[in-house]
Amino acid sequence: MGRYVARRLLQMIPVFLGTVTIIFFMTRMLPGDPAAAMWGDKAADPAQLAAFKHQMGLDVSKWQQYLNYMGDLFTGDFGTTMGGRKVTDVIGEAFPVTIQLALLAFAFELVVGVAIGLFAGLRRGKAFDKSTLVLTLLLISIPVPVLGFIFQNVFAIQLGWVKPTVQAQHMTFDQLILPAVVLGSISLAYVARLTRTSIAENLKADYMRTAVAKGLPRRKVIGTHLLRNSMIPVVTFLGTDLGALMGGAIVTEGIFNVQGVGNALYHAIGRSEGATVSGFVVVLVLVFLFASLLVDLLYAVLDPRIRYA
Amino acid sequence: MPDMIEKTAPAGENAIPAQRGTAAEAKAEKPRSLGLDAWHDLRKRPVFVISAVLIVLLVLFAIAPSLFTSVDPRAGDLRNHYLTKPNYLHFFQGDWFGYDGQGRSIYARMIYGARASVVVGICVTAGVTVLGGLLGMIAGYYGGWVDTIVSRFTDMVFGIPLLLGALVILNAFQVRTVWSVVFALVVLGWTQMTRVMRGSVITVKQSDYVTAAKALGAGTGRIMFKHILPNAIAPVIVVATIALGGYIATEATLSFLGIGLQDPTISWGIDINSAQKVIRQAPFALFFPAGMLSVTVLAFIMLGDAVRDALDPKLR
Amino acid sequence: MTTALEKTTAAKDRPVPGTPLLEVRDLHVEFKTRDGVAKAVNGVNYSVAAGETLAVLGESGSGKSVTAQTIMGILDMPPGRITSGEILFRGQDMLKMSGEERRKIRGRKIAMIFQDALSSLNPVLSVGYQLGEMFRVHQGLSKKEAKAKAIELMDRVRIPAAAQRVNDYPHQFSGGMRQRIMIAMALALEPDLIIADEPTTALDVTVQAQVMDLLAELQAEYHMGLILITHDLGVVADVADKIAVMYAGRIVETAPVHDLYANPAHPYTEGLLRSIPRLDQKGEELYAIKGLPPNLYKVPAGCAFNPRCDAATDLCRTESPALHQVTDRDGAELAGRKSACHFWKETLHG
Ligand SMILES: Nc1ncnc2c1ncn2[C@@H]1O[C@H](COP(=O)(O)OP(=O)(O)OP(=O)(O)O)[C@@H](O)[C@H]1O
Ligand code: SF4
Ligand SMILES: [Mg+2]
Repeated sequence: MGRYVARRLLQMIPVFLGTVTIIFFMTRMLPGDPAAAMWGDKAADPAQLAAFKHQMGLDVSKWQQYLNYMGDLFTGDFGTTMGGRKVTDVIGEAFPVTIQLALLAFAFELVVGVAIGLFAGLRRGKAFDKSTLVLTLLLISIPVPVLGFIFQNVFAIQLGWVKPTVQAQHMTFDQLILPAVVLGSISLAYVARLTRTSIAENLKADYMRTAVAKGLPRRKVIGTHLLRNSMIPVVTFLGTDLGALMGGAIVTEGIFNVQGVGNALYHAIGRSEGATVSGFVVVLVLVFLFASLLVDLLYAVLDPRIRYA
Repeated sequence: MPDMIEKTAPAGENAIPAQRGTAAEAKAEKPRSLGLDAWHDLRKRPVFVISAVLIVLLVLFAIAPSLFTSVDPRAGDLRNHYLTKPNYLHFFQGDWFGYDGQGRSIYARMIYGARASVVVGICVTAGVTVLGGLLGMIAGYYGGWVDTIVSRFTDMVFGIPLLLGALVILNAFQVRTVWSVVFALVVLGWTQMTRVMRGSVITVKQSDYVTAAKALGAGTGRIMFKHILPNAIAPVIVVATIALGGYIATEATLSFLGIGLQDPTISWGIDINSAQKVIRQAPFALFFPAGMLSVTVLAFIMLGDAVRDALDPKLR
Repeated sequence: MTTALEKTTAAKDRPVPGTPLLEVRDLHVEFKTRDGVAKAVNGVNYSVAAGETLAVLGESGSGKSVTAQTIMGILDMPPGRITSGEILFRGQDMLKMSGEERRKIRGRKIAMIFQDALSSLNPVLSVGYQLGEMFRVHQGLSKKEAKAKAIELMDRVRIPAAAQRVNDYPHQFSGGMRQRIMIAMALALEPDLIIADEPTTALDVTVQAQVMDLLAELQAEYHMGLILITHDLGVVADVADKIAVMYAGRIVETAPVHDLYANPAHPYTEGLLRSIPRLDQKGEELYAIKGLPPNLYKVPAGCAFNPRCDAATDLCRTESPALHQVTDRDGAELAGRKSACHFWKETLHG
């Protein structure tokens, strides 16, 4: 197992470098002159502009900038924003918010999704199962912006259960509930459907018959024997999804005014802030890579037939 | 909703397992009739029939919107403002579903908006299928270092979240048309198809009839396109059909964020964005484009589900 | 065997060998599927006494497993449905018991061994856990105690190095060892009755004999009743006391094992016996019963066997034969012998 992890980590290095390279050139090809934009509508003083560009490291060729950037990256220096702030500071501010949001969404889709999927799978073909299939399909089809406005309107504005948006200054955990529900809802639909299919399939397995024949109570037959086997495909999805949830809930954060990664990225892209955009994406790619490693390891824990050498 | 495409085809539910032993073998005997079988099977499914009717209608909207409305969707008359409520009995008239903020007919824009969605959906799907499928076939067929390079490169691009990457790319365009959106989504979206195709080709490559064709001296091109492709394509078609709805949703989301399509192109995403500001005074302005978008995405996802069931009964 | 197991044995109210244990009376089971209603079991009658082995024979699809599943209470319902009959376990009708009462019998009083041990064991749980679960659920033992018991059981069914292998998973064992684990699981609580559904079919021939011997030995040791479902007439001759032959969901003949082999009272049994390869008939073409097993959605009228029977008459095509008590030439009842053929006399004495 240890050797497998080591090998996977080694394999991650070229993929990581490659992704960062692609991201670097994608962001630095953004047109317009972000440095000149600092002066707003006024024409910038050429000398001052040149000095600013030099200070930002923008006065050398793209390739040189790339080498500098990669070199700095390994010392933990993600560069600075046009406004002069360290990108790591901006990241350090936005990520905790998004991590809270993503974990909350993740917990929501995991608990509710698996529960719905379990009940639907156990009652395959019954009314609950059929309505689950229809409702999850509808949920998948409703685009997130629309879903966000519907939820905001119904639960916050009409029913008044929660605040419609998050207070930027003193954000509290309960303000994140509604955005988390919106963020996790599409994945929840997939988790429910996957769990349902998996449960219904494993229900027919021979070992389930054995478990009943052993005289186990239903709670144990389902909890120990059925659920454990059925979670294997669901874990794969959840693993990739954790990365995706973090990957900037751009729309959700926008609608609910959550000052997280999605919002920061959206504004950075709009202002053509190359260093900020690539800094965020670098962290996201790392999260994504580690999440997929974690899934593979979890897989081996859940299914002893899988052995990593 | 960072990455709609991936979510539209989560690994477990829609992705095709690498080992498809009996299905692949069964196909080996009669590759041609598989498509025919699937068609006969499909016609009997209500899900397929409903989604097919919806899609035909959408395509008609896209090709000939003027058949459905005589109102110019771009002509704004400020006397008709949001506050002009819909007149639900004026079927197919300009004021059927009311007017938007600039006094433009919501009904006409609903019909005309289909074009952008359908074009983006179909072109992106075609693009990623051809590009990703080709790369996947090459990687799967040749194996060795070719496979390593293609697979690693796929991993690199796969790590970039689709919506985020598309925002970065599209931001580089001063003027964004349907084609820039298609470009951005194809450039980022092909990886999924490559993975599916590669897995499928590797399975098919090992089957007896491919070995037999090789033994008979068939050329590489012939083996790839005549023997492997027809047998390896089913999972790719399934994933592509389901992904199509996701691409449409992504386009709408990009347009909603203001970095997708721009005026004068008509997109439901743009209309959703402008309607959200007046959601309380004129909920209908949000409801109709949002509803159309949802129905469109739903139709393609249902079509994908039906196609999957028909092409691969084992995945049911 | 260690003292711990002996103590539980002593404490248990074990039925005296020879007393009736299980009696199935006129059991009917059907399956409702898209294609219609399949009458899988159409009036099964058989009984087992403590310490006795009943072999159930019959072609594939004749309803042997469905009967066993119904006794265990693990029939898939739906699509399955018990339309009538009684299953008496030590005098009580199990079909009238509550779910909880039945659960307490399963595993503890009646246990089952399945054909395919690989798929019947849970792939993601260690064999030690799966064995220990019996003790934890039924006897409330702690995790540690249960594990010690599991090792003891694995020793009992002669799995080498049991203490080291207790944490292994099913896929890490050979086929024969896996079936031993299934047997150990069934044996765990020393039930009164074990139902073994083709316990050796999935194994190599050499391993088959070992597993069968082990099962017979343990059965004798614990004085359990055993219902052995099998296709293999050779195995039956060695271990069974009596035989029930099934055809199309019915018992067509029951008899003490040697009587049946020596002199069958039903044409179907006759055909089955003629189709076993025998050493003294080397070189001759093997006999096969003509025709196909019946379609359970459309069982023929009259005797279900009539389309394949050489002795069939018009009576056979209209009237279903009852399960007749068989007598010898002088009319004296032959103990335990019954036949569901209009012409059992001709078959037996002719
Ligand atoms: N869950 C089920 N759903 C529908 N039909 C079933 C089901 N289980 C069994 N059957 C039907 O009941 C009939 C009897 O099956 P059963 O398994 O008892 O046969 P068997 O005598 O054990 O055969 P074998 O020797 O092959 O194990 C079969 O025709 C089968 O199709
Ligand atoms: S009843 Fe008739 S058909 Fe049936 S076994 Fe006897 S002789 Fe044959
Ligand atoms: Mg059976």
